[in-house]
Amino acid sequence: MLSVHQLSVRFTSYETGLKKKETLVTSDLELAVEKGQVVAVAGSSGSGKSLLAHAILGILPGNARVSGEIMFKGTPVTPKRQIKIRGKEMALIPQSIGCLDPLMRIGKQITRAGILSGIEKNKVRVTNILRRYGLPDHTANMFPFQLSGGMARRVLLATATVGKADLIIADEPIHGLHEEVASDILSHLRELADQGKAILLITHDLSRSLLIADKVVVFYAGTTVEEASATAFSGEGKNLHHPYSRALWQALPQNGFFPVSGTQPVLDHLPEGCVFAPRCDKTKFICKIKRPPVMPTDGGFVRCFHA
Amino acid sequence: MIRQLLVKKVTHLASIVLSISVISFMLVSVSPIDPVRAYIGADMLAISRAQKEKIEERWGINEPMHVRYVKWFTELLHGNLGHSFIFNQKVTKVISTRFATSLWLMAAAWVISGMLGFVMGIVSGVMHGTFVDKLIRFYAYMLASTPTFWMGMLLLICFSMWLGWTPICCATPPGILLENVTFGQRIYHLILPAATLSIIGIANITLHTRQKLIDVLQSDFILFAISQGETIWGATRHHGIRNIILPAITIQFASFSELFGGSLLAETVFAYPGLGQATVLAGLKSDVPLLLGIVLFSVFFVFTGNTIADLIYTLVDPRIKAGAPK
Ligand SMILES: Nc1ncnc2c1ncn2[C@@H]1O[C@H](COP(=O)(O)OP(=O)(O)OP(=O)(O)O)[C@@H](O)[C@H]1O
Ligand code: SF4
Ligand SMILES: [Mg+2]
Repeated sequence: MLSVHQLSVRFTSYETGLKKKETLVTSDLELAVEKGQVVAVAGSSGSGKSLLAHAILGILPGNARVSGEIMFKGTPVTPKRQIKIRGKEMALIPQSIGCLDPLMRIGKQITRAGILSGIEKNKVRVTNILRRYGLPDHTANMFPFQLSGGMARRVLLATATVGKADLIIADEPIHGLHEEVASDILSHLRELADQGKAILLITHDLSRSLLIADKVVVFYAGTTVEEASATAFSGEGKNLHHPYSRALWQALPQNGFFPVSGTQPVLDHLPEGCVFAPRCDKTKFICKIKRPPVMPTDGGFVRCFHA
Repeated sequence: MIRQLLVKKVTHLASIVLSISVISFMLVSVSPIDPVRAYIGADMLAISRAQKEKIEERWGINEPMHVRYVKWFTELLHGNLGHSFIFNQKVTKVISTRFATSLWLMAAAWVISGMLGFVMGIVSGVMHGTFVDKLIRFYAYMLASTPTFWMGMLLLICFSMWLGWTPICCATPPGILLENVTFGQRIYHLILPAATLSIIGIANITLHTRQKLIDVLQSDFILFAISQGETIWGATRHHGIRNIILPAITIQFASFSELFGGSLLAETVFAYPGLGQATVLAGLKSDVPLLLGIVLFSVFFVFTGNTIADLIYTLVDPRIKAGAPK
């Protein structure tokens, strides 16, 4: 359905004195989602997950430059094609509930999303979709400020699925939600995948996303360090290949809460070699001078010299 | 919440009226205006000093200022603003008929400047940074810095004298009884003064709308709308306007003072017999009761605009409305 190859995003900005400056915010992203799959993109805050979503949809700000390859349904995604397919064939569940128009009633916003996705105005079934996600009918008459966090997340889910988009990109859809509401939303996403859609689940909540994911792509400092099947995240993480993936897994409370020492490097000052080298306990000489290439594994790929 | 607000507003109004009335009464009293001379005019030479003193005594001119003020203010509270000698009518009557004429002009100018400015602001905001935006901004700044009376005369020379499309003066055709004037004739006489007057307001609302829209277009919900397949114009139409219309209307209501000030100049240039023209006449001919009456009326007028501007959010914005205790 969707594959991303060597995707990099740069921002150009002008410093004082009109000096042009380029900041590389994500580099060499690798990713693939198939029909019927939920692929989780896991990484800490600021690692470039939202930018990935925006790059796929073509809604990055004007000073962003994208390189690399995005394939959707077998053909390359160009800016022109993005305009045509976003909202229709691929839909976003945005990260922030501030993405709802504060002055428009929920029903109208869902209807508008439906119309934009190609449904005729009088054929958009707002009540149906509200009920599908357990929202009371009168939600349609409410304004965003009247919704609870959980309701707002469901409404965002509704706007993304009122049409017939085949790819749903969910950016932190369960952020800040209680256990119950979160697992409810996750099960809806799983259900959508089972109905044949492809779901890209962007999250920093690895443990919850594992409940429904088929595959996990691990993000670190603006790049993908590993793609592994969800089953690899079990026991002590022996089936994981990248030291950071293992560290992420072991840092979870149920696995002993072993945090990795150090912090993620700032994007302007990435190390020359492996981005994880400053925090890795297996660092060899080569790690410091060369970026590790993508190497296939049994469940996906890894970017490490010593996998 | 609305009740509280209204009580606050009324108290506010009372304090403004009180202080403005004191200040203007004092100004008029210390000014070199001699009311008797202003009233009698050229016949001043024909009356004797004794006669003048008699009139002064009748009018209470030589009483202390505070005594006169209290008398005047007491009458004011009873709805009596005195007598205008230049129109030989009660001040309240002059103001009400004159204002009715001005209302046409001001309302037309208000609506035109509001709508035109809003549309120009939207175009400019959506296309910000482009040539069109620069053109609109240049135009707005230029209008903002053009004196009203100069603009009025320019239009008058161009459209009334050269092209002969519009009338030279007045609110109605000369020589026709007021009750026989048709609606079309009124509109015909309204075009140029209204155009002149609206020009003052356009720049303000254009630039304000432009900036508000640029801000709104940066927000997350616009980005989300774009991700749903909306174009920039579509996003503006469905989400942008909704989010900038209230501030725009507020700005328009808050501009009543500019509107009133502008009507003074526009009505004078076009000899339009409205309140603005009456103000200028009252000033020139030292018609003190009328002048004081108009000052108080203008305070009331501007205050009304500002109050509506303040109330709009409370009454219309769903976020504030729902927050209000029932
Ligand atoms: N317009 C921009 N110009 C420059 N840098 C930007 C811009 N937008 C985002 N960035 C940078 O790109 C990096 C990645 O941002 P992104 O929002 O994708 O992170 P994220 O992984 O989604 O984080 P979070 O979990 O907080 O949502 C951040 O460090 C941010 O500072
Ligand atoms: S490449 Fe080297 S530094 Fe990077 S993760 Fe692998 S072992 Fe560690
Ligand atoms: Mg994000």
